Amino acid sequence: MSTQMLTYLFVGLSFALYIGIAIWSRASSTKDFYVAGGGVHPVVNGMATAADWMSAASFISMAGIISFVGRDGSVYLLGWTGGYVLLAFLLAPYLRKFGRFTVPDFIGERYYSRAARIVAVVCLIFVSFTYVAGQMRGVGIVFSRFLEVDVSTGVIIGMAVVFMYAVLGGMKGITYTQVAQYCVLIFAYMVPAIFISIMMTDNPIPQLGFGSEVNDGSGLSVLEKLDSVLLDLGFSAYTEGSKSTIDVFAITAALMFGTAGLPHVLVRFFTVPNVSDARLSAGYALVFIAILYTTAPAVASFARLNLVDTVHNTPYAEAPEWFGNWEDTGLIAWQDKNNDGIMQYGSGAALSPTKPSFEGNTGAHGERLLNNQPTESINEVYIDRDIMVLANPEIAGLPGWVIALVAAGGVAAALSTAAGLLLVISSSISHDLLKKTLLPKITEKQELLYARIAAAAAVCIAGLFGIYPPAFVAQVVAFAFGLAAASLFPALLLGIFSKRANKEGAISGMLVGLVFTFSYIAYFKFVAPELNSAEHWLWGISPEGIGTIGMILNFVIAITVSRLTAKPPQSVQELVDNIRIPSGAKAATNH
Amino acid sequence: MKTTPSDNNKAYWRANISLLSKLLVVWFVVSFGCGIILVDWLDQFSLFGFKLGFWFAQQGAIYVFVALIFIYAWRMKIIDRQFGVSDDEDEA
Repeated sequence: MSTQMLTYLFVGLSFALYIGIAIWSRASSTKDFYVAGGGVHPVVNGMATAADWMSAASFISMAGIISFVGRDGSVYLLGWTGGYVLLAFLLAPYLRKFGRFTVPDFIGERYYSRAARIVAVVCLIFVSFTYVAGQMRGVGIVFSRFLEVDVSTGVIIGMAVVFMYAVLGGMKGITYTQVAQYCVLIFAYMVPAIFISIMMTDNPIPQLGFGSEVNDGSGLSVLEKLDSVLLDLGFSAYTEGSKSTIDVFAITAALMFGTAGLPHVLVRFFTVPNVSDARLSAGYALVFIAILYTTAPAVASFARLNLVDTVHNTPYAEAPEWFGNWEDTGLIAWQDKNNDGIMQYGSGAALSPTKPSFEGNTGAHGERLLNNQPTESINEVYIDRDIMVLANPEIAGLPGWVIALVAAGGVAAALSTAAGLLLVISSSISHDLLKKTLLPKITEKQELLYARIAAAAAVCIAGLFGIYPPAFVAQVVAFAFGLAAASLFPALLLGIFSKRANKEGAISGMLVGLVFTFSYIAYFKFVAPELNSAEHWLWGISPEGIGTIGMILNFVIAITVSRLTAKPPQSVQELVDNIRIPSGAKAATNH
Repeated sequence: MKTTPSDNNKAYWRANISLLSKLLVVWFVVSFGCGIILVDWLDQFSLFGFKLGFWFAQQGAIYVFVALIFIYAWRMKIIDRQFGVSDDEDEA
């Protein structure tokens, strides 16, 4: 069977599975819809959390980014795993004990304030929508390359599938499809990684493989060889960093605290039976995440070495088939600057402007010709880092079914995250905005109907973002973390650990954190992008890391303002006492 | 000596804070310490063919994170029972 047929088969089968699960696990109450009935086993929840968490960005882009930036890529590895420690220690158990449906629910009740609830809803919607648009785009990219349909059709198919299980099943449907999606995506990630590790080092464990000797007789380990090859080509060494320590520190912290403040992750911990299960579940989630996150840096180094070996100094006419395939999608391009018919790869941008624009004809060797101006650099090859994971099996010459598997895995990663995000958006609208603020008189049945309508509307808006991506989406996704760290995380943490924190403090803290972080990012990204370099940054901290400063500001302001204004009422202090104690979690849910 | 429930709960909360502060110190040391601040210095040592600082930043810290959460969950279960605030009966 051809790779194309296999891909249709694998993606089709996985879709049938997701839809089957959706029909089997329909939601019949708001509790089913918002928190899957509150009885999910911690291992199951851990797996669902892992699928929820690992998005198209983790599956497709992360190894690619690490591949190109080497050690500096550690910020993502540390940032997107270390947050789970904070979650397990500082937030998840207490939010589970609180035992309602949404994150704004907690903020609204703890700070006895409708305004605080609304501010939390605004933060949540902003963070979640920027995120979900990227997922839909990921689905589109996978479809366009592997199934050869255009991006819009791909997005519409993806929307239809998410629609089925998010609207019908709510959190219950999502939880069980996410378990299936986790299995698909981790299998799809590990199989090529293990194959490539064996091919390059004879070591079947990728985590050890990238420190092992390359089996080409050179006696060098993968990382040593990569360092020397890259230095020869004019790059900096793979295992050395180029970002400043303070910036790496700030970015990592923003990603960690942001992870702990992300609503679609937090809400997963409302679904387990009790407090000790919430702690354990965070541990299981991190195990399932760590399997991929410790493999990613191995994949990154294998892929980079393979890429250099296959592309550099190879005549275009002898380039492997995948090169042409990816050229068709516009993610790879070659411009024969010295007219020798051979591809030279090196440091520096190959093209000006950086992204290729094809003129429509093919050149002397069959390559797609470009409108771009050549640059001074000897580098002739443009490679989009997003293809490193997707093209990796082809670059390594693995069989067709592995390639098909990766396509199914990429779709699973994108769909599972999209569904989780859509759910928190719809429940914050139906529960926090309608039931708790605007229409308090609606019955449970009506609330459930509104939740479904909100989910359906959110799917459609997300789909539109996927088909017509606003130019800023790609840049903004990474900042969702900084914003979550600077706005929601401090309010949640103080709500649990400080009885003195009151509504004045929380609201002013959230607003200052959000506005400061947002303005800093907007200034360097949109208002004055030409100034976006280390010498203009505050203390050398890039817009990616500024959420850390925003968070510190939020804490300082929330604590100071709380001290200067009235204590929270007695009932709220009792609520805090109550959520600190694990016993009685079941009773608390059945309010 | 008899303690009131509220004193008991305060002591429980102190035990929790003391445990999680210790574990957070480890969390900080392996990630921000070994993986970021000391990374260049640690790179002079080597482990399984990796430079040590690089290994912490891309592998080691993540393994420690996983261990920390399970240690916390396990120790807290014991502390919960010791202070009589465990959620055991909720599971039944």
